[in-house]
Order: sequence, then C-alpha cells, then structure tokens
Amino acid sequence: MAKINSAKELQAYKDEVVKKVEAAGKKEVAVCCGTGCQAYGAKDVVAAFQEEIKKQGLDDKVEIKPTGCHGFCERGTLVLMHPEKQLYQRVKPDAVAEIVEKTLKNGEIIEAHLYDNPATGEKHKLESEIPFYANQKRLILSNNGEIDPTSIDDYIAHGGYLGLAKSIEMGPEKTIAEVKEAKLRGRGGGGFPAGVKWELAAKQEADQKYIICNADEGDPGAFMDRSILEGNPQAVIEGMTIAALATGADTAYVYVRYEYPLAIERLTIALEQAREKGFIGENILGSGKNFEIKINKGGGAFVCGEETALIRSIEGKTGIPKPKPPFPAESGVFGKPTNINNVETYANVPGILREGAKWFTSMGTENSAGTKIFSLVGKVNNTGLVEVEMGMTLRDIIFKIGGGVPNGRKFKAVQTGGPSGGCLPESKLDLKVDFDSLTQEGSMMGSGGMIVMDDQTCMVDVCKYFLGFLKFESCGNCTTCREGLRRLHELVSLVADGKGDENTIPLIEELCETVEKGSLCALGTTGVNPVRSTLKYFRDEYEAHIKDKKCPAGVCTELITYEITDACTGCLVCKKRCPENCISGDKKQKHVIDTDKCIKCGICKDACKFDAVRIF
Amino acid sequence: MTVEITINGVKAKAEKGESLLEVIRKYGFVVPSLCHHHAVEPCGSCRVCLVSVTDNGRTKLAASCNYKVREGLDVTTDSEEIRRNRAMVLELMLAESNAPQVQKLAAEYGVTSSRFSTEETKALAAERDGCILCGLCVRVCEEVVEVAALNFEGRGDKRDVGTPYQEAPQNCIACGACAYVCPTDCIGFVEEDGVRKLKKWKRELPMAKDPSGRPIAPQFQLYYFTQKAGLPADFYKKGGPGSR
Amino acid sequence: MDTAKVEAIIKKHNGDATALLAIMQDVQAEENYLPREAVEHIAKKLEIPISRIYSMATFFESFHLEPRGKHICTVCMGTACHVRGAQRLVEQLERDLKVKSGGTSEDGLFTLEEVNCVGACALGPLVIVDGKYHGNTTSAKISKVVTEIQKVEGGK
Ligand SMILES: Cc1cc2nc3c(=O)[nH]c(=O)nc-3n(C[C@H](O)[C@H](O)[C@H](O)COP(=O)(O)O)c2cc1C
Ligand code: SF4
Ligand code: SF4
Repeated sequence: MAKINSAKELQAYKDEVVKKVEAAGKKEVAVCCGTGCQAYGAKDVVAAFQEEIKKQGLDDKVEIKPTGCHGFCERGTLVLMHPEKQLYQRVKPDAVAEIVEKTLKNGEIIEAHLYDNPATGEKHKLESEIPFYANQKRLILSNNGEIDPTSIDDYIAHGGYLGLAKSIEMGPEKTIAEVKEAKLRGRGGGGFPAGVKWELAAKQEADQKYIICNADEGDPGAFMDRSILEGNPQAVIEGMTIAALATGADTAYVYVRYEYPLAIERLTIALEQAREKGFIGENILGSGKNFEIKINKGGGAFVCGEETALIRSIEGKTGIPKPKPPFPAESGVFGKPTNINNVETYANVPGILREGAKWFTSMGTENSAGTKIFSLVGKVNNTGLVEVEMGMTLRDIIFKIGGGVPNGRKFKAVQTGGPSGGCLPESKLDLKVDFDSLTQEGSMMGSGGMIVMDDQTCMVDVCKYFLGFLKFESCGNCTTCREGLRRLHELVSLVADGKGDENTIPLIEELCETVEKGSLCALGTTGVNPVRSTLKYFRDEYEAHIKDKKCPAGVCTELITYEITDACTGCLVCKKRCPENCISGDKKQKHVIDTDKCIKCGICKDACKFDAVRIF
Repeated sequence: MTVEITINGVKAKAEKGESLLEVIRKYGFVVPSLCHHHAVEPCGSCRVCLVSVTDNGRTKLAASCNYKVREGLDVTTDSEEIRRNRAMVLELMLAESNAPQVQKLAAEYGVTSSRFSTEETKALAAERDGCILCGLCVRVCEEVVEVAALNFEGRGDKRDVGTPYQEAPQNCIACGACAYVCPTDCIGFVEEDGVRKLKKWKRELPMAKDPSGRPIAPQFQLYYFTQKAGLPADFYKKGGPGSR
Repeated sequence: MDTAKVEAIIKKHNGDATALLAIMQDVQAEENYLPREAVEHIAKKLEIPISRIYSMATFFESFHLEPRGKHICTVCMGTACHVRGAQRLVEQLERDLKVKSGGTSEDGLFTLEEVNCVGACALGPLVIVDGKYHGNTTSAKISKVVTEIQKVEGGK
C-alpha cells in the first residue's frame, strides 16, 4: 500500500474508494461486534452470515461488516442493514439462515427480529424510528455502525483524515484557534478547554514534547472510551495527530486499560494501517513532520486515570499523583511538555477541523458545545451507550432514550460522574446536562457514566459501595484520603448495619471537610461527593437505618429478613436451592425460613416462581 | 529565578520551585510536619503541614511541603480553618498510630483521643508500632543512601511500608539513615553483641571491628563502600579510615 | 520460570527500564503470575532495585505474586453490576469454589477475583470464566457453569 503524500492525493484516494464501493454495489450488513454483543455471541453471528451468503450465492451482493459498538447493548446482537438502516435485534446465529433467505434475498421483513417498543407495543423497522436512537445526536458514535474498525479505507470513505489535511494546511496556530473557538472541553471529567491546554503546550520551549491519550477509563459503569477505540480507532489517531502537529509533539502514548483487550487489538491494527498510509510515522501527509504513537497498557489502578499519576506510570513507576502546577503541559512525561486528553476529546477533533468551529458550537449549550456520550446503565430499560447534545435534560435521557425504569418500578436516583460523582433525585430530573450544571448540583459530568437506580436500590448501600471502591483505589499517599476514606467507609457501613447513632452523621460530615480540603488529587477531594449528595438528597434513608433500624429499599442485609408469604404453593424449589438448608416445609405446604440460620443470600427469592419470598 | 510571595502578610523572597514549607520556616513561621525532611523530595503524605494558599486568584488548603513556590503566592499559615483540619488529620492519624510524637502533636491541637478508634484500629496500630506510612525511610534509602532496600507496598487502605517479600533486604547496609529520619522512631535500630539490627526490616549485620576490638560499622556496609568508591579491597582491613 | 523467556521479553523492550510495566505484564501473561525468579532477573538485567518492582507489583491490580488457579473466575463489581446484585454472585462462587474472593482454591483449580468494571454494563451482572463472558447471570446459572468445570476436572 502506497503512502498518501498530500491533501490532494487523499481526496483522490477517497474518491477512488467510494467509487469502488459504489461499483461493487453491495448491500452492507453491519453486525455489532462490541464487547457487549460479542458476549452475546456476535462473532458466531458474523461467521453464520458469511457462511450463509456463500451458501445462498449472495457473495457478490452482500458484504458482512463486523463493526464497533452500536450502543444498544441491551438488545444485542444488533444487525444493521444498509442503506435503509433496518435494524434487527437479539439476533442469534441460528436465525441467520432465515434472515439471509427472506430479508437479504427477497426483501421480506421478519417481524420477530424487529424492535418492539415496550411503551407503545409498536414494532419499528428502521433504526431511526426507535426512540433509543431517534432522540440521540450521534456525531462520534454514528460511524460505529457504519465502518469496519479494521479497515482504514472505510474510515477514509467517511471523510477520515480530511481534518488532518485541513489542519496541516492551516498550520499550528490556526488549528489551535479553531479548537479554542469550538469550545471543545475535555471529555475525561474536568471539562477543561482543550484549545487552551494545547496552546500552553505549544508555547513551551523544549527539544521534545509528548501527546498522551487517556484511555484508562476506570470509572465503574462507563464504557464510552472503550467503544470508541473498538469501533472507530482511526478518529482517535487522527485527533491525536492533529494535536501533535499543533503542539509540536512527535511522540505519543495511548494509555489503555489492560481489561480492554479488544480495544488494544483494534487500536494496534489501526495504527499499523495509519502508518502504512502515512498518516503517522515519518513525513505525515507530506508535511515534513514526524509523529509516532505507542500503546501502553495500564496496570489496573483507577488512580492512574489521574493525569500526573498516569504520567508516572508511563515512566515505569507507581501511580502516585503529583501536585499541579506544574501542569503536564509544562512538565509531563520525563519532565517534557505533554498534552494529555481523553479518548472522546480527541475523537471530536477531526470533525471540528473538517466542519469548522461554528458547526460544533451550533450544538450544545453556551459553555458546553457539542455532544457527550453517556453510558446509560443500571435500572433502566434501554441499557447502552447514548450520545446526546449537551443540554438535554436528565429526564429525556433516562425516559425518552433509556425507556425508563424496568419492571414497573419507581425511579429513585441517577448517579453521574463515576465514583466521585453524586446521586441526583427525581426533583433534579429536569436539569439540563452539561459540565457546569451537574457540578452545581453536587455531582459532576465525569467521563459520562450514568447509573439509574430504582426504589430497590438503597442509597446508603450505594454510598458504601463507592467509598469501598475509592478507599481501595486511593493511591494511599495522603493521610486524609487513605485514612479518611477508610473511616468514612466504616462509618457509612455502621449506618448500613443499623449500628449508627446520633453522632454518626455529624462525624461523617465533619470528616468530609478534611478529606476534601486536605487531599492532593481529585480522587480525594471529590471522593466525598457520593457521601455529600446522598446525605443531601436522601437523608431520610440514613435516618431510617439509624433510628428505625430499617433499610427501606430492602438491601442492607443486617436490617432485613427473608420471609415466605401465603403465596407459597409448597413447590419445594427454594428449599432445594437454599445453600444453608434453612427452609422447611413439605410438598404443597407453606414453607418457612429459619431466620436465625438464613444468610440472606436471596437465592430463594430468585428461585421462587410465585413471588412468595419477600423481604421485610 | 527569585520570586516574591506573601506569608501572613509579610513579603518574602524565594527561589521558584522551592518547597513552600521550607520558605515559610526560613521566615520564622511555625508549621508542623511529620513526613518532611530537607534531604529528600517532599511527598505530601502526612498532610499536617496544611496551609492556605492563594494562587492565581484561587484560595485553597494545600500541603506546603510539596507545594512549589511561584510568583505571587499569598500564604496564610494559621487560621481557625487550618487548625480545624490539621486537628482532624491528626485525629485520623491517632487511630492508626500510637507513636508518642503523634500523640504530642495531636495534643497541641487539642486532640487527645480519636473518635475513629476501634478494636481493629488498635490492633493495627499495635502491629505498625507507631509507623504513619510517611515513607521518609523509603525515600532516604533510595534518594540519599541509593540502596533502595525498602518499598511501599500496595495502595489505598492496604498501603504499607516494608521490604520486598517482607524479608530482610539483602542489599540493606544497615546504615541507619531510615531510623535517623523516621519521625516516629519505630524502626528499632540497635547494636547488640557486635551485631547491628534494624528490627522493622528484619536485617541483622555483624560489625567489623578495628584492631582494638571496637566496632566500626557493619562488615557488609564497608564492603559496599569499598565497591561503590572503588577502594582497594583491603582498605578497611588496614585499620579503617582513621589509619590513613 | 525459564530465564531465557524473561531474557527474550526484556530484549523485546530493548532492555529499557521505562518499559518496566510492560515487561512485567508480558512476564505475567506468560506465567499467569510474576514468579520471584523473574522479578529478580528483571531487576538484575535492568539494573533497578527489586524494591521498585515489588512496589509496582503490589500497587497495580493486574499483577499477582502467587501462582493462580487453572481456571479464573472474575466477577465484575462495576456500579451497574453492583445495583443488579453482583455481591451475591461473589458469595455464591465463594461457596461453590470453597475459596474467599481473591484467593485460589486448595486444589489449585480456581482463582476467584473481582474486577472494578469491564465496561459491559448492559450485561450486568456479569462473570468472566476463563475469558468467556457470562452476562445477565444469576447465582444459579453461574453456579452451574463452575460445577460443570469441576465435574470435568474431577473426572480426569
Ligand atoms: C482519580 C481520577 C481518575 C481519572 N480517570 C480518568 C479516566 O479514566 N479517563 C480520563 O480521560 N480522565 C480521567 N481523569 C481525568 C484526567 O486527570 C485528566 O483530567 C484528563 O485525562 C484530561 O483530558 P481531557 O481534558 O480531555 O478531559 C481522572 C482524574 C482523576 C482525579
Ligand atoms: S488524594 Fe488520594 S489518590 Fe490523590 S494523591 Fe492523595 S492519597 Fe493519592
Ligand atoms: S518507618 Fe518511620 S519513616 Fe518509615 S514510613 Fe514509618 S514512620 Fe515513616
């Protein structure tokens, strides 16, 4: 494969690829192969399709494309048929023969694979008719359903690397000005303006500068960055290359979590292809500039997502954060100026250069332009990845796109911003989501996790969960963070166990101040957010645990008992399954749980077909 | 580069990048600290050196030891807020450490017992024997002695200070630098029957003696110096440094 | 572990001490844990103190200093899995495998681990057994998966 040496050659190459695809006139069938769908068996679906189109003689008419994540993980494996964008959901390998025969060959729709809207009972044929997709604005994710992440030609055919070409033409200063004008803010959590950061790095005098892409994505309940890297790695590479040329860096590191093997695999292939085409490596697009990208696998420490800790980890040390200033842009990897941005931040850059800053600021809110990807998970009907314009309300995201809370349960809270974010109650659902509004309410944007909780979620338990996470993930250097979070966890656990008293909450609040003010990095300083926000909005739940020794949601094991109600038919199922053998009762007789022996594992409740096991 | 900052209303001059704590102390103000020593890189671990800093229009509490001085900082070293937070830091520390040094400093801030103490923390404190995990020992061994026999272990609430595989480190020369800088005196540096011991590290080294039978230093330490300085192998045998 | 293998890995990274994390990961990938001989060998070759490797190995979650079981069960403990009852899966597996989370069963067959989040939240709760994702699982279903393996292994 020959290198592409100029913007003109790139345009010509693009035209050629597009023409070739058109000439072949194949119908494209995109099979989602994100981690989620792969877990449902997407790879087998792809194999079945390939075998079947051969068998039915459609080789030259249909192209099967394994793609990145389409976002609607709840309904995997997803099969999207172009150009109409018909969507089949929950496709299993054994359904493929029929799909090829009926739909691909004869254009017949198979009702059983269509999405059925639980709210209206309607069946939707097209992706765009499904509320989950209809209410999104997919700038970055749209490519995930279109391109094969292992084919750079696909990316180029969709306008790939035109942004880079444009930026080379504009030169560093104008490129930075454009990114500043676009008001692109860091998607990794802080929301710092990317252009300002680039400018600071560009200003530094140094013999060597670096670029880092933060793909450590440690927030539990978040997988935006993984899906971008799996589905559209070239966009990230293009964004990084633009940043490198703008700041004067020639080497980059992508720091990816080791738990993301597929992302690493796709990125490795993408880098190889970008190098072959001359988008990275030596003399990029004939510009005379060089740029190399290396992959670093993270070692599995949440705190290494913090930029200074990440930098230490790249240097081969343990990830203990450093005070800022100096900022990485002044003194980063090996003491050299380093620009660090998040995966999604970089993925937004090519579009801004290609379409212009005005286009970008036409979306979103005054101070938060563009879109944001959220991973909408937890107790919500349509779990998955959603990309929306900044400024959409929480209510619209959770109910219009997410389809609300499953099993007819009641919405209780939504947690945003990862472990150091906050929980917002029903009364805040009309909040327009952007960087500033969430922070104002005591939560934060974070990297974009959005976890929905229903009335069966105990907020004391959730708070305990996050504190347990944070105390384990703290680097352990600051006394306030290491000991402070540990004691907070102990105190909240005390509440959860029904052992709290009137002094517990005041002590928690007192300690929060010192953990926040006394810790070095944001893990400690914002680590108190889960405590503060749950205490602010769900204080009554704490009080129920302390005063009434009750867990209203029926979660905290010390405060609940399992009992069998009169709905019991005496079917023996729970009795057989109980690991402690503490259920007694004969066939067709109401069973009884020996509450003294019961370990509250909940297996009986799961096993009962008659909903006769209840929590009291 | 010399920069100007303000400490408690007093104008002060300092080198850019210097440790704020050291500048504060140079100007005669008192700020407590446990994990700082001028010989090693500051690490901001104990958090008792909290002061209030206004930098670029933003005011916040920060550990002063690893705060690098920049032009225009406005620093306050004592206030109700600062004392309240230092007291809480010390109360946290008191739950994990029974060192007299910690108790004394805590008492100065009116903290005589910790509300976080439980049977569990008492057991942990007894096991740690006063250690506050400040890591001065680790840093001095690595940065000054350049032996790097010690290490931090784990992270978060599992963090500890120790030696690889919890065994006596074979490269430790028993120089005692760690014991010298330790703010809580918990390393157990002793010399008994011609053997130098560092109890916390389980390291024991026999002493070399001068011709009159007086112990000079551990044999292994002399060997290490001989190697490191390129001295003749019998340098110390001839009677040691004094006989040159 | 074969020193030749360690040598090869170090060579692959050009003997570069800043690639320490990657070297340790490669060794771990070969052996499923970081054998002490390998740690000592890396230290010697890269001229870095063992203490530094030891602190890295205990700081980062991905490293193991003890041999792990033949089969590895990893329970995702992400927030989405947590609110859908992941803790109960851990408890179930602890009972089935007769091992505490984080440990390896006495017969060396199973290691039970927890992971913060694998980002497959739509599938929660989720357990990964020997690299295979078992999504939307329950105590009963996952119990079956491991008892199957136990049966196969027991029959050998
Ligand atoms: C404890 C902690 C964890 C973090 N984890 C991540 C992460 O996983 N991914 C990320 O992009 N940024 C993370 N950040 C934010 C980074 O420090 C940094 O702000 C970000 O990479 C900058 O990129 P951006 O400006 O493009 O957002 C984390 C910060 C903290 C304090
Ligand atoms: S705040 Fe916590 S994670 Fe951050 S440096 Fe301090 S101890 Fe480490
Ligand atoms: S032994 Fe002393 S110097 Fe070392 S960490 Fe503990 S208190 Fe600090």
